[in-house]
Amino acid sequence: MSEQTASSVRYEEATKRYPGASSPAVDELTLEVPAGEICVLVGPSGCGKTTAMRMVNRTVEISAGDVLVGDRSVRDREPAQLRREIGYVIQQIGLFPHRTISENIGAVPQLLGWKKERIRRRSGELLELIGLDPELGDRYPSQLSGGQQQRVGVARALAADPLVMLMDEPFGAIDPINRERLQNEFLRLQAEIRKTVLFVTHDIDEAIKMGDRIAVMREGGRVEQYATPAELLMAPANEFVEDFVGADRALKRLALMRVADIDLWEAPLAFVGQATGEVRAKLDSPAVEVPFPLLVDGERRPLGWLSERDLAADVVPGRPDSPLGPVLELDDVMRDALADLLQHETQYAPVIDRGGRIAGVLSVEIISEFLGSPEAKSDEHPAVERPHG
Amino acid sequence: MIGHLPLASFTGAIEFIFSPQESNVTGGKKVGGFDKSMELLIKHLEVTVLALAIALVIALPLGLYLGHRGKGEQLAVGLGNAGRAIPELAVIALVAVLIGVGLPNVAPVLAILGIPPILNNAYVGVSQVDRAAVDAARGIGMSETAIIRKVELPIAIPTVMGGIRSAAIAILATATIAPLAGVESLGDFILNRNVYGENGLLAGAILVALLALAIEGSLALLQRRLTSDGLKVKTA
Amino acid sequence: MGNPFVLAAGEVGGDFFKERDVGDLCQAQTQHVFCFDWARENIDRFEAPTVQHLEIVIPALVIGFVVAFALALLAHRTRWLQPPLLAATGILYTIPSIAFFFLLLPLTGLGRDTAIIVLSAYTLQIIYRNTILGLNNVPAAVKDAARGMGLTPRQILWKVELPLAIPEIIAGLRVAVVSTIAIATLAVLISAGGLGTEMYGSNLTFPTSIIIAGAIVMLMALAFDAILLLVQRLTTPWRRAARA
Repeated sequence: MSEQTASSVRYEEATKRYPGASSPAVDELTLEVPAGEICVLVGPSGCGKTTAMRMVNRTVEISAGDVLVGDRSVRDREPAQLRREIGYVIQQIGLFPHRTISENIGAVPQLLGWKKERIRRRSGELLELIGLDPELGDRYPSQLSGGQQQRVGVARALAADPLVMLMDEPFGAIDPINRERLQNEFLRLQAEIRKTVLFVTHDIDEAIKMGDRIAVMREGGRVEQYATPAELLMAPANEFVEDFVGADRALKRLALMRVADIDLWEAPLAFVGQATGEVRAKLDSPAVEVPFPLLVDGERRPLGWLSERDLAADVVPGRPDSPLGPVLELDDVMRDALADLLQHETQYAPVIDRGGRIAGVLSVEIISEFLGSPEAKSDEHPAVERPHG
Repeated sequence: MIGHLPLASFTGAIEFIFSPQESNVTGGKKVGGFDKSMELLIKHLEVTVLALAIALVIALPLGLYLGHRGKGEQLAVGLGNAGRAIPELAVIALVAVLIGVGLPNVAPVLAILGIPPILNNAYVGVSQVDRAAVDAARGIGMSETAIIRKVELPIAIPTVMGGIRSAAIAILATATIAPLAGVESLGDFILNRNVYGENGLLAGAILVALLALAIEGSLALLQRRLTSDGLKVKTA
Repeated sequence: MGNPFVLAAGEVGGDFFKERDVGDLCQAQTQHVFCFDWARENIDRFEAPTVQHLEIVIPALVIGFVVAFALALLAHRTRWLQPPLLAATGILYTIPSIAFFFLLLPLTGLGRDTAIIVLSAYTLQIIYRNTILGLNNVPAAVKDAARGMGLTPRQILWKVELPLAIPEIIAGLRVAVVSTIAIATLAVLISAGGLGTEMYGSNLTFPTSIIIAGAIVMLMALAFDAILLLVQRLTTPWRRAARA
């Protein structure tokens, strides 16, 4: 891989006005996405999030202001050239039906004039990276399932090693079980490749799961809050955000709950010396919600998280690649647990029982889902409109 | 025989349609005129309508039924393709020689040219109707014939009418050579050159062209009237 | 009223019986539906009209395709042109070819050129409409993805949209080819030759010739259709994969 694998993206009062529209679709948006992070643009439909995302590769032309990729204005770039450096994944996938899977993945490299042999090698690499049988490379898109097609969509976007990825509701058309699996796969992938990702969704749970940072937007592309997922739940900036994330008063209930009161996720466990193949098989199960396996000792006490690199070996190593991070206890008050996640800027943490053994995993997503559930809402509060995928 | 006609012949032809004219072969006798034109035009229409009616009675119910059952695609579509390959000149000539001249012989044969497009389009139109709509109709207790009449046919109208339009134009065009088999039509002006001359030849061509455009236009209007407003939005 | 076809027979095939002594081979030939003896002896005489037929049909189809395809590309880029072009080609399609032949006499006279012009005008609508249909049927998501990946508009047209429109384009071509081959028999009426010469004229009373000429026309149509079907199969392998 080249030295620079990701660029920051900076919106500077970027504005999009459509002819005939009374107000701008995106009005003076200012936002900075650090290199290598996933920034989720979330908001109700019509809030301008997709328009904002599309300014980056100039599939939407900027009316005023600017967008910088790295330190260069996209306005100075030739659109086709610019787009070849930016990965693009859309909800309807848009694979070329008349090209094989390998040809689809090799489309941008081909535009960039790579040699045939290099394209072929790269396609093979990416098929492996997204966990597809290399034999599928000679098939046509219509012969693949929806989930497989979207994996190919992601691979195609990654083919020329782009500095930035734009993902517009990439998993929106996939059934819930496969969506979960694809989200986890992408998070694992991202931990390796560290691209700058602009991810658009209208689903706050997906935003909280996928985002390093989340920009909550409303009509006109106005950013109501730009924060980490936990911060968004703990300290919504205003009523709009509160309503949108479903935090409102239900958040206060967290102060009255303990971690044990909520359904935790089951951690995919890995033991030192276990064959990594077995661990991988466990990760592929649709029931698994945590994207990374948790390394535990013989007493099932958590030691750390395994990364993709750890899994590249034949057997599970004794010293994991990633630190354990915060560890919660079943008796912890939920509010404190959430604060802990917030403070460590992490999405999830293992929960242990009094004996120090693993009891499950708590994630910001679980809390967010809980806050959105009817049981968390008091009657006097009108239901928040939560668009569904 | 006529080689290049002068451009001015169009004027002569138009005069021929409205009042009897002398022409290059008539030796001072006046032929044509409005009454004659109308007489042949109406006869042309009669042959066309009769043949189209026969074709409709045979092909439309069959096409709708096959489309409804989703069976007989080979028959419906195959006939549609093969039908286009039939040279109409050969058909008319053979009728005259083998079966006999006159309307009772010619109309059914012209109908044969109309059957393939009607059958093909009725089949395709109905078989492409959203199965969910048909299921819903069955679910609320409609009989199979009611489903065809009230659900499938209305939804398939644009395609079905497209087939009827093709059939009408094919029959109308072939009716032009019907005089070869002893059936009067506007083709008389064109084919009987030693009666009507150059003026008649061009007048016949003009009248046939206008009649075809008028029929096509009327059927297109009819199609618009028959098509539910709910189906018009997506037509590009 | 006299027998119109006798009156009309005029100049075109009038020398038929003089040239070929049909009577020797098939006595009372009008009672025979098909006279095998005559067919065996005379099959050669269909060669020249068959070649003439091809000389009308092929140029007409090539011209029709090139013009219709160019119009479709133009209308694809300039959307507002689509309805007027559809209407204009529709008029050319609706005017019966036999009328069209004679309407052109003051402009282009008798002969092959007129036949080619009329037949290519006839094919415009079918090919134009199907090409536009094919281009419009390309999923928006595929075009969006192509654009987002950095394909230029020209690359999107030639590498994505046109390949995906091949099935519709060829479907249109098949209809055009088969119809044109059948209609070209009428070219005999304007002295342009072709297989119509063996159907029309004094030999109207001799069914064997009409049947053979008609069969050649239909076989020719079938052969062209089969070739186009094969071309479609070879150029759209992804469609077979989808069905498998």
